[in-house]
Amino acid sequence: MSADTDSDPHVPGLEHTTVTGWGRTAPSAARLIRPRTYEEAAAAVRDCGARGGIPRGLGRAYGDAAQNAGGAVLDMTGLDRVHAIDADGGIVLCDAGVSLHRLMEVLLPLGWFVPVSPGTRYVTVGGAIGADIHGKNHHVSGSFSRHVLSLELLTADGEIRTVVPGTPLFDATAGGMGLTGVILTATIRLQPVETSMMSVDTERAADLDDLMARLAATDHRYRYSVAWIDLLARGAATGRAVLTRGDHAPLDALPARARGNPLSFRTSRLPAAPAVLPEGLLSRTTVSLFNELWYRKAPRTRSGRLQRISAFFHPLDGVPHWNRVYGRGGFVQYQFAVGHGQEDALRRVVRRISERRCPSFLAILKRFGESDPGWLSFPVPGWTLALDIPAGLPGLGAFLDELDEEVAAAGGRVYLAKDARLRPELLAAMYPRLDDFRALRAELDPRGVFVSDLARRLHL
Amino acid sequence: MLGGSSEIALATARRLIARRTRTVWLAGRPSPALEEAAGQLRGLGADVHTIAFDALDPTSHEAVLGKVFAEGDIDMVLLAFGLLGDQARDEREPEAAVRVAQTNYTGAVSAGLVCARALQSQGHGSLVVMSSVAGERARRANFIYGSSKAGLDAFAQGLGDALHGTGVHVMVVRPGFVRTRMTAGLPESPLATTPEAVATAVELGLRRRSETVWVPGALRVVMSALRHLPRAAFRRLPI
Ligand SMILES: Cc1cc2nc3c(=O)[nH]c(=O)nc-3n(C[C@H](O)[C@H](O)[C@H](O)COP(=O)(O)OP(=O)(O)OC[C@H]3O[C@@H](n4cnc5c(N)ncnc54)[C@H](O)[C@@H]3O)c2cc1C
Ligand SMILES: NC(=O)c1ccc[n+]([C@@H]2O[C@H](COP(=O)([O-])OP(=O)(O)OC[C@H]3O[C@@H](n4cnc5c(N)ncnc54)[C@H](OP(=O)(O)O)[C@@H]3O)[C@@H](O)[C@H]2O)c1
Repeated sequence: MSADTDSDPHVPGLEHTTVTGWGRTAPSAARLIRPRTYEEAAAAVRDCGARGGIPRGLGRAYGDAAQNAGGAVLDMTGLDRVHAIDADGGIVLCDAGVSLHRLMEVLLPLGWFVPVSPGTRYVTVGGAIGADIHGKNHHVSGSFSRHVLSLELLTADGEIRTVVPGTPLFDATAGGMGLTGVILTATIRLQPVETSMMSVDTERAADLDDLMARLAATDHRYRYSVAWIDLLARGAATGRAVLTRGDHAPLDALPARARGNPLSFRTSRLPAAPAVLPEGLLSRTTVSLFNELWYRKAPRTRSGRLQRISAFFHPLDGVPHWNRVYGRGGFVQYQFAVGHGQEDALRRVVRRISERRCPSFLAILKRFGESDPGWLSFPVPGWTLALDIPAGLPGLGAFLDELDEEVAAAGGRVYLAKDARLRPELLAAMYPRLDDFRALRAELDPRGVFVSDLARRLHL
Repeated sequence: MLGGSSEIALATARRLIARRTRTVWLAGRPSPALEEAAGQLRGLGADVHTIAFDALDPTSHEAVLGKVFAEGDIDMVLLAFGLLGDQARDEREPEAAVRVAQTNYTGAVSAGLVCARALQSQGHGSLVVMSSVAGERARRANFIYGSSKAGLDAFAQGLGDALHGTGVHVMVVRPGFVRTRMTAGLPESPLATTPEAVATAVELGLRRRSETVWVPGALRVVMSALRHLPRAAFRRLPI
């Protein structure tokens, strides 16, 4: 079972389990059901009762997307078979409960990589489609759904439908946060690789404008690109950052001794963060010290360094349960996007966060490429910023509300897979296809079988 | 807010509205004061409804409170209604004493169980119960009120244990002397506090999912000392 559920097996007759997202805020209790067959999944949907049900993958959405207070939560990780791989054409057909970690283990030795990888490998294919996730290659490859050739969707009426791109149901499901139905399987187009290593260039940017200029000028040269910003730096250094960009290393880039086994997938795991950590571990001082060291340690420029896939894409996966570092109160991740031409809004938000002195570890800035058609899909061509903030920070709610206003006024949006707190009024402005989404749901699922805490909160 | 015109309830509502609470139901005996309170909260930007609720009429609780829950999920229920009574009179007039007991204890048992079931079926939420330090150890000066709060406190603790693991959180709040109309004209006890301080403590307790909250916090220590005082000594204390 995923990391953030917590049940009490000692209470007889208790059938509810407390479920949270990765941020560990706003727990709610639900019946957790783990179907092992498609028939069991269909039965669970049929019997989920008055408070409905929602599919859940590995629970890596930060907020309340994969929880459903008082209803059913369908843990899809029990359906985790890789059905077929076309090793020549680079296509995989698998269950939605398969993790990207598993896909990497299976596919890398065959010379294929997942088309889009988020900052953790521990997400399922269902979660990747449900949130239409993006990776460091968004400016080149778009979001996850762009690589989905077809999927099978269990809908509220108990039917299993084959859904292909270019249809309204596909566009509602890609980024639809599990609210159109349960994805059972997906057929995905893969990315060919010669090795399991990355060739990485690193450079420092002195401030936010320098950073945006570098990203705009040279991102197109790299398949993967991301910048880590120090939001505790102020004044002239506001927005100073380290850019890391790269591509899969070709075979001839490996040292001779590594060429014999170029596709091995190796990861390292440190011990898990302890379950109980003292409050206040993350003070402004410790975090700013960390950020300072990290900035100084980065080379001014370095190119062609070889790095493992796990180190380049998923540095945090090395520490299981790192989300506990934020203590019992949990944390909020704030991620928004604004379009090209709205750089001023981005500057204003970055300045406000810096001035506010949130004890936030590195934030991530990325330049998005073209968007995909999913109605609630998050990426828009432009800029996205993501940062973690401890949920207990005084005045945080009002502060983030102000940022929301700023983002909405600039025609931007916040990412629902990270959200736990947005007010519903702003949603329609952020997601112009919201009405279409609601209309399709009303028709496909008139009784409202699929529902989550997120959906209740935002009237999705 | 059950006891919708209570000063402590309204201070809590104001506090939570400032923290982004969007909808408030004030359940209480219909009165101009209740409507006025609703108007004030609306002025702070919340969507506010009033509904007629009488703690002394338990047979109506299911229907009245059911209507509120039918309108949408409720994140927090505050049981704030209460009657202090007049100890001297209540000793002379058992019927008056019974009214105190029925309001503070049986009324709360009934409303508390109805709300607990509704919260449990929605799978989340907090039930906040206004107990009192007066229930910690009955005092000569107000044991009728005190005993009703003792019953309420024990009930709420047990309910909290019963609901453990259901996603529903029960929080017992034990204020000392709070300056409200309930205590107007009474001599102040040491550590007297304000409805706003109670509201702050409730907000913090909600965030931490605390099970017991004392207001002010120092009362926890004071009361744990008083609890162990020999009976003869306790009787002679000027409290
Ligand atoms: C450290 C970290 C880094 C991250 N980095 C990124 C990033 O770079 N880019 C990015 O886009 N996201 C990122 N995320 C967010 C994460 O990728 C998404 O939240 C993803 O949806 C999580 O997948 P999951 O399997 O854990 O799904 P869950 O969190 O369990 O569910 C997420 C949503 O998908 C739906 N869902 C799950 N399974 C199914 C199914 N079978 N059928 C239909 N709907 C389903 C759920 O209902 C829910 O709405 C990151 C998260 C973490 C913790
Ligand atoms: N003030 C203190 O020092 C103190 C200390 C510890 C605990 N408390 C407790 O805190 C709670 C709130 O008290 P407060 O200080 O805010 O006093 P308050 O302003 O007098 O509030 C008491 C509330 O109870 C309501 N009420 C009484 N009988 C009722 C009934 N039969 N049905 C419905 N509502 C009824 C009153 O409504 P009406 O307007 O209809 O009368 C009033 O809204 C009470 O439970 C009290 O016991 C108070």
